[in-house]
Amino acid sequence: MRIAEPSVTQGGVAPVPRKITARLSASDLAFRGIARGGGLVVLVLLGLVGTFLFYRASQALHKAGWSFLTTQTWNPDGGGFGIAALVVGTVLIALVAVVIAIPLSLGTALFISEYAPRSIQRFLVSVVDLMAAVPSVVYGLWGFALLQWRAVSLSRWINDWFGWIPLFKVDGVERNATQPTATFYTSSTFIAGIVVALMITPIACSIMREAFSQAPQGEREGAYALGATRWGMIRAVVLPFGVGAMIGGSMLGLGRALGETIAVALIISPVYAIQPHILQHGTSSISSLIALRYAEATPFAVSALMAAGLALFALTLFVNVIAAVIVSRSRSGAVSEA
Amino acid sequence: MSTAKQPLQPSRLPAAASTGERPAQAPPPRTTVSPRSAARPTQTPRQIVGIRREDVLAVAGALASALAITGLLWTQLAPFTGIFGYIVVSWILFVLIYVVLVTFDNDRPTVRDRVSAVMMYSLAAVVVLTLLFVILYTVFKAAQALRHLNFYTQDLHTTLAAAPLTQGGVLHAMIGTLIEIGIAMAIAVPLGLLAAVFLNEVPGKLNRLVRTLVDAMTALPDVLAGLFIYATLILILGLGLSGLAAGCALAVTVLSIICRAAYVVLRLVPGGLTESSYALGSGHWRTVWHVTLPTARSGLATAVILGAARAIGETAPVLLTAGYTNFINVNPVNGPMNSLPLAAYVLVSSGQANNVIRGFGAAAVLLVLVLLLFGIARAIGGRGAGQLTSRQLARRMAASHRDLTRYANRAVPGQPTALPGGPGADYGGARA
Repeated sequence: MRIAEPSVTQGGVAPVPRKITARLSASDLAFRGIARGGGLVVLVLLGLVGTFLFYRASQALHKAGWSFLTTQTWNPDGGGFGIAALVVGTVLIALVAVVIAIPLSLGTALFISEYAPRSIQRFLVSVVDLMAAVPSVVYGLWGFALLQWRAVSLSRWINDWFGWIPLFKVDGVERNATQPTATFYTSSTFIAGIVVALMITPIACSIMREAFSQAPQGEREGAYALGATRWGMIRAVVLPFGVGAMIGGSMLGLGRALGETIAVALIISPVYAIQPHILQHGTSSISSLIALRYAEATPFAVSALMAAGLALFALTLFVNVIAAVIVSRSRSGAVSEA
Repeated sequence: MSTAKQPLQPSRLPAAASTGERPAQAPPPRTTVSPRSAARPTQTPRQIVGIRREDVLAVAGALASALAITGLLWTQLAPFTGIFGYIVVSWILFVLIYVVLVTFDNDRPTVRDRVSAVMMYSLAAVVVLTLLFVILYTVFKAAQALRHLNFYTQDLHTTLAAAPLTQGGVLHAMIGTLIEIGIAMAIAVPLGLLAAVFLNEVPGKLNRLVRTLVDAMTALPDVLAGLFIYATLILILGLGLSGLAAGCALAVTVLSIICRAAYVVLRLVPGGLTESSYALGSGHWRTVWHVTLPTARSGLATAVILGAARAIGETAPVLLTAGYTNFINVNPVNGPMNSLPLAAYVLVSSGQANNVIRGFGAAAVLLVLVLLLFGIARAIGGRGAGQLTSRQLARRMAASHRDLTRYANRAVPGQPTALPGGPGADYGGARA
């Protein structure tokens, strides 16, 4: 650009940038107007959800005050209500789900991107996508009708051997008890967590797989050229490259797990007290509370449910925003964002 | 699994073997021809790809002995029962025995490589088999109901819970699902696509605001969309539990999802295409309509269909807004309307043996619908923006050929040739 300038100025006239004005035609103006209108409608609609949630919740929050955060019972029309037990239950279910889903999704993602022959790679990607598309009620039914009875022996085994850890303790059962103890173990945080894990595995897996498959080919071959085994190459190149996606994908899964409703509502039996024992029958979560209690609700009780919903939304939004930031900050995310 | 790099063994290096064995007595010839027929040690190249025999034997041996030991434990030695425990214990034994076998003739990094490979294969297998198991279990439980034709042609309003499966069906839920999904898509698809076009094409302050909100709202738990509609349309506006309310709730659920997916697809449209359109003199609207949207067509369709698959399976918003009924209701504004996920949820949690089977039947029908949508999305999607199928490519080329002949015929000497700007003119293809 600079080099060309002298030849232009030879005539003695200083170059003045030509002023370019874009005059939009009528159709373009209309298009922009319609597009802007569409954006505005979406803004208003989604904004309305948020503000309305906030507005209605504030009525209940106003009445409950700070006790909203510390009360364990849920009895808005008489007596106190609060989310202490609900938040603990929600977070525990989500954590169980994430702990199970991380190894599953990591292994599957690595398998698809590194180990699987090319011919079945596409097939496996479809399978994982399909797993994400299966309705949550189907997983819920499976967990409700089959898994919670099958998992009793696993729960009992964990309780027998690790019951001394408070998390795995189950009140009311003796080790090697002779009486049937199955109902102590059903409808627990653990069972709900397993089912939710199946729902979030494909989400975490597809994010991780995308990042892994973008690990630079040159660095992979460099690792091989230095004599690395395949696992050595994965540890030295692929995993460090995808670490942001691993954390971000797991957190996106966590966000989804926090909000999961119907499967959790099917499996757990509601207990409105803090339930720190994940194998024990009965727990509670915010979303299942809303699904189970909306019908019997008076206007004030709806506003209390809104307050619980707002807390849930704040929780998921917080987790998702952090996840999005981590994914986009990481080296791998930078590529996929563009 | 088997292409792991072995450390090079010097004795097998080809260069070392071939020197020093050349016949020495012969007078030096003018041209040296390497003696092909001389006894040269036959060299077999070291196999670095494909499957080696040792690998297969190690896996098979470990598997056989693990299964045998566990079988012995289960049937003879210890009082264990249960297929699940059998699988887990034999898997653990398999890994241990495999490690021992591999350690016999490999070094430490190789052993670690093999073990990690076994882990990856196992984890992937667990995921795939679990999905298969969930789907097959649903279909298996539903089989008794699905076998009867009345399951697809009747509703449940005269059917008692304990009635045999030859009575009653989920027709009302199927109709309800289709109506609700139709309403939801009629709201969410135009709005979502329009907003996505807006996000992609019209920059500004509003743009950033909308994008932030759409991103934030994808985190909205589905039950909250239902609660919002319940509190506004039903409690405040007095609409009543109905199909319309359910459709609106589903629309709120999938609006941000469709918008975001469509926006991501539109962003992938190559800048060169839109810029060449502008360079040829077409305006903003024409470029969007004739270049951007057609280029992203398959991606947009995938986004919409996957959104529909998501909406069709959502239970929580429908639970709060649609009500539950055993009657066929085709009027979305009046009276409760059932849908497949809701029917599955309510029937199974009722606990009545036959109703549980009917509930699984509803879930199986739902699953088939989702699989169908998913299959369609796979068939038309999976292509990057602007990538054409061979048939599309042939059609494009034929179109540009027609255009070319048209311009040639029109270019009467003395008259200026008009620039091609009409609908369907393909600027990329005209070059070909």
